[in-house]
Amino acid sequence: MAIWLTKDSKVIVQGMTGSEGSKHTKRMLAAGTNVVGGVNPRKAGQSVDFDGTALPVFASVADAMKETGADVTVIFVPPQFTKGAVIEAIDAGIELAVVITEGVPVHDTAAFWAYNVAKGERTRIIGPNCPGIASPGASNAGIIPADITGSGRIGLVSKSGTLTYQMMYELRDIGFSTCVGIGGDPIIGTTHIDALAAFEADPETDAIVMIGEIGGDAEERAAEFIKANVTKPVVGYIAGFTAPPGKTMGHAGAIISGSAGTADAKKAALEAVGVKVGKTPTETARLMREIMSAN
Amino acid sequence: MDLYEYQGRDLFERHGLPVLAGGVATTPEEARAIAERLGGRVVVKAQVKVGGRGKAGGVKLAEGAEETVARATDILGMDIKGHTVHKVMITVTADVAEEYYFSYLLDRANRTFLCIASVAGGMDIEQVAAETPDKVVKAPIDAVKGVDEAKAREIVAAAGFPAEVADQVVEVAVGLWQAFVAEDATLVEVNPLAKTGEGKLLLLDAKISLDENAGFRHPDHEGLVDQAAVDPLEQAAKEKDLNYVKLDGEVGIIGNGAGLVMSTLDVVAYAGERHGGVKPANFLDIGGGASAAVMANGLEIVLSDPSVKSVFVNVFGGITACDAVANGIVQALALLEQRGEKVTKPLVVRLDGNNAEAGRAILDDANNPLIERVDTMDGAAERAAELAAAGV
Repeated sequence: MAIWLTKDSKVIVQGMTGSEGSKHTKRMLAAGTNVVGGVNPRKAGQSVDFDGTALPVFASVADAMKETGADVTVIFVPPQFTKGAVIEAIDAGIELAVVITEGVPVHDTAAFWAYNVAKGERTRIIGPNCPGIASPGASNAGIIPADITGSGRIGLVSKSGTLTYQMMYELRDIGFSTCVGIGGDPIIGTTHIDALAAFEADPETDAIVMIGEIGGDAEERAAEFIKANVTKPVVGYIAGFTAPPGKTMGHAGAIISGSAGTADAKKAALEAVGVKVGKTPTETARLMREIMSAN
Repeated sequence: MDLYEYQGRDLFERHGLPVLAGGVATTPEEARAIAERLGGRVVVKAQVKVGGRGKAGGVKLAEGAEETVARATDILGMDIKGHTVHKVMITVTADVAEEYYFSYLLDRANRTFLCIASVAGGMDIEQVAAETPDKVVKAPIDAVKGVDEAKAREIVAAAGFPAEVADQVVEVAVGLWQAFVAEDATLVEVNPLAKTGEGKLLLLDAKISLDENAGFRHPDHEGLVDQAAVDPLEQAAKEKDLNYVKLDGEVGIIGNGAGLVMSTLDVVAYAGERHGGVKPANFLDIGGGASAAVMANGLEIVLSDPSVKSVFVNVFGGITACDAVANGIVQALALLEQRGEKVTKPLVVRLDGNNAEAGRAILDDANNPLIERVDTMDGAAERAAELAAAGV
């Protein structure tokens, strides 16, 4: 059954008619995702053809949900419009909103997150600045390449897109239940802890890979959570041991501030609770392989 | 982006917050003009983005224009913890009776903003929090509701500000929040927030960070970048929309995706330990597309760093297929030759993922002696470090 995204998920795309949105809608359809429509108030009532699949365009997320029963939205709109798009999705009460957009001002993310909390967190938000979520063989919501790996029993949660792909590739013979890219911004909707909790509860996941990077203390908090709540084996990887303090390394959230947010501190916190941390992505994959072959 | 103190002072002034009259000077003559405008006793402060400048002699009092020129001459060009002083801020002096602390910042863990306030200001707030935690109030701020008068009164009461300044602190708290939001700041720290002998509040120092992602609604923020302090290679990369950070090492790095590039730096540094201590020379994320033109721009930047002895191109083909990336690398080298830039440093290329076999075949067929193909990330890092060590 995987977590959060299954073969039964009905997916709409906010920004489907834009260049990124249409490119990835085509890919999601090819991966077998049940994409049921898009949202663009200026093109409402039209339909868009994707290699023979005609998808309707709706005026709003609420309309799309009413007409199609959609329960997942993938958001590709530019940063200036992201806050509005997410708030629209929250207002419509959709279950899952995957925010792919990179470069969203942190005040906007803080605002839509606070808005979501005020509405009782009916909507799970993944991202922003993330590759999305994929349950191999079932559904793919976002930009994660669908053909790297098939389904299996490893769960993966990661701040980084390409490291997610790398890990999926290294362990492609074993396969994954769900891979979640939570994004590299300072404020994100779904955290490592949320994904760890969901994988722990998922009967189709046997072990978890957790990929972190410098900045903030999400990995340290995840370590505390693992100690108290996770019984399944967890293998970790942290990127950025050689990153200098005070420099943003690509992701807006990847910055060591003073002595806080270093890779060493994160590794130590994870190892202190029994999580094996690989020195390189390949070594991390090997650690996971050992666990899966012992099972 | 972190601002200088004088930029913070200007920003506070624009938002109607109480600051000392002043100006910024890059030469002793500019300092003279400011001193003449302000009149009387002034304070001359080195503008560097590092703490401890008072102890280093970067903050001096001066009486009148001549003394101001003398102090500015002393401080300009001074080295404070590796930062050269290019500017001094000159303000009138304040008669400080008490020093408080007030800030708003991003609270990543709680996915919101935080207000930190204390009546024990003027010193390092982390030290105050460690030694006397009861003197520091940390109040979460709802990003939608923000800080209105009621919220500000709550904070002021919790922090125990004296009754005679409470109304003024409330006003500053609300005004500072408005500035924090209006400017898309991720940090505004006032330390000290001072009470003068006459009982008037003043924001005496400013530490401000602005969110670069919000640049599209702040065209004026671009002007706050200190061009003199920007690394020339980082500037050149920025002009080409490349995400590049200059580091001190010998192995040039090009990769796709921030996480993978950070990981590549680590793997190269580990390999470097076995090869004379060579280190990664830079962070460069060319993003998902990795077209020939982008690859050429990336290679050009990395190769123009004289400390680079070898280059490691580490690409995982996700949506972009490896054959396109391989073509990009081959064409990029040809493009650089056309631009008259002879490439002489070896490139170790690792391609994996989508269409990796086709990509590797393209590299082999190109038969370029500078390109060496290694198919694992760890193996390629090892080879790039080895080549860099040999070229040092």
